[in-house]
Amino acid sequence: MHDPVLAAIATNRFGLGARPGELARAGEDPRGALKAQLAGGAPLLQAAGLRSSADILSQALTLRRERRAARTDAAANADAAALMKVGQLYKPIYADETDARIRAAIATERPFIERLTHFWANHFAVSVDKATVLGLAGSFEREAIRPHVLGNFSDLLLAATRHPATLLYLDNQISVGPNSQLAQRAARHDSARRLGINENLAREVLELRTLGVAGGYTQADVTSFAQILTGWSIGAQSARLSGGTPGAFLFREEMHEPGAQHLLGKRYAEEGAAQGVAALSDLAQHPATAQFIATKLARHFIADEPSQRATQHLARAFRNSRGDLPSVYRALIDLKECWAQTFAKFKTPGEYIISSLRGLELPENYADTARGAFALLGQRIYAPGSPAGWPDRSADWDGGSAVLKRIEWADALGQKLGAHRDAMLLGPQWLGAGLSAATNSAIAHAASGSQALTLLLTAPEFMRR
Amino acid sequence: MRLIKRREFLTAAGLATGGVLLTSRVAFAAGGAARKRFVFIILRGALDGLAAVPPYADSDYARLRGEAALAAPGAPNGALKLDGLFGLHPSLAFLHEAYGAHELVVFHAIASPYRERSHFDGQDVLENGGARAHALQTGWINRALASLPADRSARRGELGVALGQNVPLVMRGSAPVASWTPAHLAALDDDTLQRITDRYSTDALLSQRLADALATESLAAAAAPEPMMAPPTDRAAASQLLAQRDAGYQRRSAPYKEIIHATAGFLKSDDGPRVAVFDASGWDTHANEGGAEGQLSARLAALDSGLRTLKEELGPVWRDTVIMVVTEFGRTAAINGTRGTDHGTAAAAFLLGGAVDGGRVVADWPGLSSRALYQGRDLAPTLDLHRVMKGVLADHLQVPSRALATSVFPDSASAKPMQGIVRA
Repeated sequence: MHDPVLAAIATNRFGLGARPGELARAGEDPRGALKAQLAGGAPLLQAAGLRSSADILSQALTLRRERRAARTDAAANADAAALMKVGQLYKPIYADETDARIRAAIATERPFIERLTHFWANHFAVSVDKATVLGLAGSFEREAIRPHVLGNFSDLLLAATRHPATLLYLDNQISVGPNSQLAQRAARHDSARRLGINENLAREVLELRTLGVAGGYTQADVTSFAQILTGWSIGAQSARLSGGTPGAFLFREEMHEPGAQHLLGKRYAEEGAAQGVAALSDLAQHPATAQFIATKLARHFIADEPSQRATQHLARAFRNSRGDLPSVYRALIDLKECWAQTFAKFKTPGEYIISSLRGLELPENYADTARGAFALLGQRIYAPGSPAGWPDRSADWDGGSAVLKRIEWADALGQKLGAHRDAMLLGPQWLGAGLSAATNSAIAHAASGSQALTLLLTAPEFMRR
Repeated sequence: MRLIKRREFLTAAGLATGGVLLTSRVAFAAGGAARKRFVFIILRGALDGLAAVPPYADSDYARLRGEAALAAPGAPNGALKLDGLFGLHPSLAFLHEAYGAHELVVFHAIASPYRERSHFDGQDVLENGGARAHALQTGWINRALASLPADRSARRGELGVALGQNVPLVMRGSAPVASWTPAHLAALDDDTLQRITDRYSTDALLSQRLADALATESLAAAAAPEPMMAPPTDRAAASQLLAQRDAGYQRRSAPYKEIIHATAGFLKSDDGPRVAVFDASGWDTHANEGGAEGQLSARLAALDSGLRTLKEELGPVWRDTVIMVVTEFGRTAAINGTRGTDHGTAAAAFLLGGAVDGGRVVADWPGLSSRALYQGRDLAPTLDLHRVMKGVLADHLQVPSRALATSVFPDSASAKPMQGIVRA
């Protein structure tokens, strides 16, 4: 059955905004069109020049060691200045990665899957506010997130947690079990120096990535889990901590807290890294995790405050499938709440930019310009202010100044492209049955092509999805 | 120039309060409470209170802090002396001067009602003013503003302004507040703006937000002594700007400069908001926190210098100003295994300004012995942050005591407003 309203929801709320022609194709069977996107392989991203995290990080670690050595050696002091700083290495990598990400979002034929990729990357956010991960956030998404977006949540959780970008962002590569070999050696060497755990990664995995803050864990659980994760580290990370493949995940037995640990009432007696893998696997299947993930998905795809019925339905799908993500996505698509209201969500700045660029069919080389727009509108790519990722409610994004800035950006785009685009034709292509008579009339009466395009880009229905 | 033009547009479109109130504002600006200014600064990420305000004479302090412990006042790189027990981190030179000038009260072992260790819930409680995370969907400052009598000297009636990328929870609610973000694109031409305004007239959210933003912008333009950034002269320059600007890097080079400048501009204006809120992040020092020097030291120095600039830019308004600097919770008493500190409980807080009756540390010091620590690991809370908030709102902004006890801080009857911390 051809339903124009459902098609507008499928392309705008589930997708990334319609490219011309996309809406008409979805119109035949919007639910089926979304499910069809679930078929096919993982949404991998390949582009010329993109490097692996291990490759990037090993270069960064080498650079840092060389600069340090050159600084301490007076004779070689001049060489220190000649050596590249890690920031200089990272900046162009960040630019290439974000450009590739924007290009993929503009061009993709599976926008629902790309949106899910952005959702999970944000759920497992590593923020480039921390300079040590500036060059790794993009490769993290390509290596840890994308392969598992259409897989099982367990695998996604494990891949994201053990990735060097996460370990560095949440300080785990230097967390040491207080009774580990390394701590004992250090204590013999210098009795004042006590090595120990850093609970940052453990706490954020429990609070932000699995159980949720109300998920029923205690401080003792955080401490045990941090001890479980000791030794999850990075190869060749420093002169003293050598070994392993440089820049890749490495389990360091000598840093790991020996013995069994208790987490959420269960005893983990596994040796080595298997202890953490087992704990993560149980966390991934925990009912609180199912509820937490269901609520975040419902908030993203249905409304700021989704109904309990909806979140419970999704949580059940998560539990019944043991975290099989495509099963959860199918349950989402089948929920009637998803289709009840058009434009239920206020777009984040990033969603707004991407949907504009898709609607205008901008050439891929526009990605470079678009990157600056993300920062300007308040959502610099990979730079949420905290490990919670970017927030997902209207009130987080709809402040007066933010709205005005969005309008000003849209106007600059309208000025630039208005002469070559017909907003009268684009409106129905972007918004379909969701295009209001008021917007249509405003466009029809615009003083110029540029103004017409600005009015379409700033229409209330295009500010939302 | 184009901003002035927009201001005319505002008046013409009926968005501004218009000429009548603008000319009569002098009569209202003279009132006592109406001239008080309040700045609320949230240090997101949990500032280490034992590093910012070291209890250098506590017998357990040096043991817990190891190499990160600050030396006693007088020693090289030592703490700046406050009294016989407490000092300030050596990076807080301006705050130390303010303490000497009786313009700073330091609070220690202080906490909101929140007793868990999640940043996000901790900040939620800090901002919502309730006893639990997510207990309230609005912020205590907004509710306090809503309880004040309408102030006709404030253009559009906005008593508060939030500076930063978004409006934080503490400022959200039914009272109208302005918002301001750094760096602007080219302004729209008035005709396009008029048409967008018309189109939004049937959209409650967007029409309100756009009107707020335009009013704030014209106010900022009128108040600021110089433009924050030269506006692009033409459209080509505007798109150039899009390509080049990277706000992230700009912010880092001078984290507080633009925000401090704009805050002062707003607060100095006779018809502007009198309460400003902004936040500063980067306090989550899990690893390599440093001592007298290092990571945290640099952040504290930037904050201290930002506060000094704020005092300088506020000029004569400083004497009517109270600045409250708080964080969601403190950090572990002991240094962790990675030369940092993990999430803790009680923290330090600061009350600064010409209207503060300062020069003292307010703390019921629980000590740092293993037995005294909260859950064996954190500085124990002995002072309720709500008491300070209530004291400032009552004595400085004249928020009615009924409103304080009911709408502003529900569920906090036991927290009596702290008296004597601001000058009458």
